[in-house]
Amino acid sequence: MRWLSRPASATQVTHGSRLWLYALAAVVLAFLTLPTLVVVPMSFSASQYLEFPPRQWSLRWYESYLGSVAWLQATRTSFAAGALTTLVSTPLALMAAYGLNTLRGRWAAIIYAVLVTPIIVPVILVGIAVFYAYVRLNLVNSLMGIVLAHSILAIPVALMVIASALKSYDMSQELVARSLGAHRLKAFLLITLPQIRFAVITAVVLSFLTSFDEVVVALFVSGGDNSTLTRNMFNALRDQIDPTIATISTIMIVVSSLLLAGAQLFGRPKRH
Amino acid sequence: MRAHSKDPTLSAPNAAGLALDARRERWIMLGLTAPALSLVTIIMIAPIVWLFSLSLLADDGTFSLEHYRRLLEQPSYRRNFIVTFEISLLTTAIAIALGYPLAYVLAQLPRRAASLCLIAVLLPFWTSLLVRTYAWLVLLQRQGLINKWGIAHGWWSEPLALVHNFSGTLIGTVHIMLPFLILPVYGTMKSIDGSLMNAAANLGASPARAFWSVYFPLSLPGLMAGALIVFILSLGFYVTPAVLGGGKVSMVSNRIANDIEIFFNWGAASALGVVLLTLTLIVVYAAARLLGLSRIAGAGHAP
Amino acid sequence: MGESASLPIAVRQLTKAYGAVHALDHVDLDVKSGEFLTLLGPSGSGKTTLLMVLAGFVRPDSGSVRFGTQEVVRLAPHKRNVGMVFQNYALFPHMDVAANIAFPLKLRGVRSEEIARRVASALELVQLGGYGVRHIDQLSGGQRQRVALARAIVFEPRIVLMDEPLSALDKQLREAMQLELRRLHERLGTTTIYVTHDQREALTMSDRIAVINHGKVMQLDAPRRIYDRPANRFVAEFIGESAFLNVDVAAGQCRFAGRTIEVRNMPAVEGRCQLMLRPERLRILDQNEPVAANVLDGVVTNMVFQGDTLLLHVRLGDGSAISVRGPSNEAGVAKVPGIGNPIRLGLGAGDAIILPADGG
Repeated sequence: MRWLSRPASATQVTHGSRLWLYALAAVVLAFLTLPTLVVVPMSFSASQYLEFPPRQWSLRWYESYLGSVAWLQATRTSFAAGALTTLVSTPLALMAAYGLNTLRGRWAAIIYAVLVTPIIVPVILVGIAVFYAYVRLNLVNSLMGIVLAHSILAIPVALMVIASALKSYDMSQELVARSLGAHRLKAFLLITLPQIRFAVITAVVLSFLTSFDEVVVALFVSGGDNSTLTRNMFNALRDQIDPTIATISTIMIVVSSLLLAGAQLFGRPKRH
Repeated sequence: MRAHSKDPTLSAPNAAGLALDARRERWIMLGLTAPALSLVTIIMIAPIVWLFSLSLLADDGTFSLEHYRRLLEQPSYRRNFIVTFEISLLTTAIAIALGYPLAYVLAQLPRRAASLCLIAVLLPFWTSLLVRTYAWLVLLQRQGLINKWGIAHGWWSEPLALVHNFSGTLIGTVHIMLPFLILPVYGTMKSIDGSLMNAAANLGASPARAFWSVYFPLSLPGLMAGALIVFILSLGFYVTPAVLGGGKVSMVSNRIANDIEIFFNWGAASALGVVLLTLTLIVVYAAARLLGLSRIAGAGHAP
Repeated sequence: MGESASLPIAVRQLTKAYGAVHALDHVDLDVKSGEFLTLLGPSGSGKTTLLMVLAGFVRPDSGSVRFGTQEVVRLAPHKRNVGMVFQNYALFPHMDVAANIAFPLKLRGVRSEEIARRVASALELVQLGGYGVRHIDQLSGGQRQRVALARAIVFEPRIVLMDEPLSALDKQLREAMQLELRRLHERLGTTTIYVTHDQREALTMSDRIAVINHGKVMQLDAPRRIYDRPANRFVAEFIGESAFLNVDVAAGQCRFAGRTIEVRNMPAVEGRCQLMLRPERLRILDQNEPVAANVLDGVVTNMVFQGDTLLLHVRLGDGSAISVRGPSNEAGVAKVPGIGNPIRLGLGAGDAIILPADGG
């Protein structure tokens, strides 16, 4: 308990006199993290009603999920949409980030602002506008439609991550590579890209999650055979509440956690 | 490369060729941004402009301002805006009250502990907002965990109506928005020079005085950026009020969706959308003037 | 490594403006084949911009750059075949030492056995034999610099460019590396352009120095001539220590404080001129010596012991203040009259230079 009387900072305030601060911080941290985790044990509940903690444990809702054509179809759609969104948005964002980093100046700032607007505009408007356009283009309820719509939501995220990495990257390395005989593209691929690897991997993961987690646009744009997990989940929440939703939620939490952990583990630069 | 012949009489040899090279390089770099730019323009900007044009058309296709007139006349629309601002302002205030202390403690932690706690902040951030909203639905319902514990510990006797109302929605929105506040504030706090607090202590400032005179002002840019992001994003909330509000909390987004899904009233929805976007852009503009757009753009993302 | 045929460089009317500021102002420069030329100047003088234009990383507004007979000003950097060493080394951290050095050879399609041989040879040349397997973060500053050097010369470029490569090293290491770079240059004979703001470094290493300020070449000469005969006030002040006196030129004679001064370069114009002299070139004369030409009388106002030399501050008859630098041993100290006492100084005719009126 001697720790309590030790100074916590340069101003010599002790840990003891700040305990209320630590308690508050702990409470807020718990508030942030615990509620989401409630869903996981619930998915193993035997009961038909939403209850926590579950009185009896069972895998029946997982079985129900695996036996449901609709849910499996939705799962496939969500994963496919996520993967395709990543394939579209990450290269586009990478190219744009590099171009903007080289251009600098007023035009670069304007283009950057335009590319970031999809996350500033209220997402409901994006949803209904895209739906309105898709009705005329016959893209409603199509996978490609979902991918295109999610891509414009993912591009700003990927762009910000990669642009930030490029800003703190030492460009003289690419210059040296060019002086040694590599043209711009080769220098970028051989020297710059390996060094912003972490940012690109992060951008990939975040693009995927942006699509995978997305609700509002998917509500309007996906449907029929190409309905996403989130869309089905939202409708299920409004109509009838069954614990299969807990199962879906658990799966989504696991996917997010694994991807984020993977990005942290594999994206870091190697140390010798 | 072939040897160029110099212009011996001019004092600006190769000027035209060099200017051409500079222009060409600029066009290539602009070209790199073109695919992303085209996608955003075609899929989002054009449709939104198209959509907004609907707000100016009456049902028979002629130019009309009746949708906007109805926005001003019908009191139900006013209710939507009031609720929207209430939720946004309250969410921002509560997020600041809860998030600033947490960010402060995180900024003081040693690197390992801070990394761990940051993961704890980032994980909900990247978990679907629908999953988190659903979790609150479960927790806050009449037979939910909160009520069970409250009653079991004798804090209250009747199950509280914590969900399908304003309070439930607010709890959900604060939960979703907290990381958006914490991350920019934390980032700014980490960049505060520790020796400044040393100097303050050296000059005789008490801990409280040093905090309010030195630390807090320096953390203000991050706090303002976070608060603005939270406010702007809160304006556009749809899912959380829809799920946790039980129909009683109708923010502007919910009204827009209703107007389309139930009434097929594209004109009204479009007009409402124009107003919502205008409000959002005004706040963004004010924020950009106050803080510098680059700070905001680098500080967060949307759910 | 073998002898590489190096190239002369011809720069004509090179101009680069950023808004109203001229980073380069119609620069003309000729670099001889195989020469070690230093671009010397304060920060913002344009020396680095000039180097970057030679490398192809900065596009000038106009001008011509020839490597030998080839016009390269519009040539992409990766086609110029110059070796470049940056101030921060710019080594590739995701490759080991050997891979870094092999990089330009791989790009040129050299066979692997040949690559290995040349990499080993380059490492030997910079005295880092056997370091091939090391990783960049295992190397010290001086070692990293040598790897950067090896990488820049392994493909036998005909021109080498260096941008303040030693400024990140500490003093002793820097001085050792200066000699090593000089030795390497003598061995390889490649045309080298070296950028620095350190005048001592420039004097040590160069065949010729180009003093640059405000985007213009102030003077281009061998180190000795730059030091002994600065072309204008800027060069005089930037290199070595200097003091300036206002003298009158009339009827073929230069006069100061009633006495004649014999100078190295008598100007054609008459009137008020600036005389430049170096503190270490003044001799302290015995008070009894006869008054002849090139004798200055003054009063000692201060005396500072600076380790290897003694610095005297002297106020001359007309009020101007100059410094005198002399040996700090006992004999040197004995010669100095105390503070407040009169002092008689002598100046060799070859050490007195008249500077042009415009000052430079």
